[in-house]
Amino acid sequence: MSRFALSDGPIDGAALERSLQSRAAGAVVSFAGWVRDHNDGRAVRALTYQAYAPLAASEGNAIMDEARQRFDVLDARCVHRIGDLMLGDCAVWVGASAAHRDVAFAACRWIIDEIKQRVPIWKNEHYADGESGWLHPDDRSRG
Amino acid sequence: MNIRLLYFAALASAAGCDAEPVQTSCDNAAALYDELAVRHGFTLARSRLRVAVNGVFAPWEQRLREGDEVALLPPVSGG
Repeated sequence: MSRFALSDGPIDGAALERSLQSRAAGAVVSFAGWVRDHNDGRAVRALTYQAYAPLAASEGNAIMDEARQRFDVLDARCVHRIGDLMLGDCAVWVGASAAHRDVAFAACRWIIDEIKQRVPIWKNEHYADGESGWLHPDDRSRG
Repeated sequence: MNIRLLYFAALASAAGCDAEPVQTSCDNAAALYDELAVRHGFTLARSRLRVAVNGVFAPWEQRLREGDEVALLPPVSGG
């Protein structure tokens, strides 16, 4: 089982969370990113995510390997959507399990930040006014 | 030298395709990007992009070989 995966269908966060549960895991922390109806002052009606799939998979799994070296986690997983998403769809899910909550929180936060900065995935926003545009942020402070 | 180019996001929009074969005398991806930027009207500065050769991140100065697959990667926006 690959700890990082791209998915062209809906993400089942509950199932992913269950996959991280174990008798040693006192804490399972997850983060879900959802398609929202606005960005940068514009009304958004849908998104499309594109990935360079082979490199996204290898870089995503490298991040998961680094997370397991950096934090005392029991396990961690991430799934990122590709394709067309509607408002309210889950765009990305990250989870980490550990004996105690501090490690699980820290690992989950670190993983989503690294995924957003390093994995070759791009977001095309479709706006309510009919326009659309690829997002190519020019700094690392984006949310 | 024959190279296969992969374009993503805004670069694919500007090029009008996701992939194309190119014949070039450029021996590294930096020179190749500059050449393609003129041809396709790419407006993203090369300093903001990364490049992958045959599926692996590579330095812009890496020497290209016949048949390489070069992916031009604009700033990412996953998550």
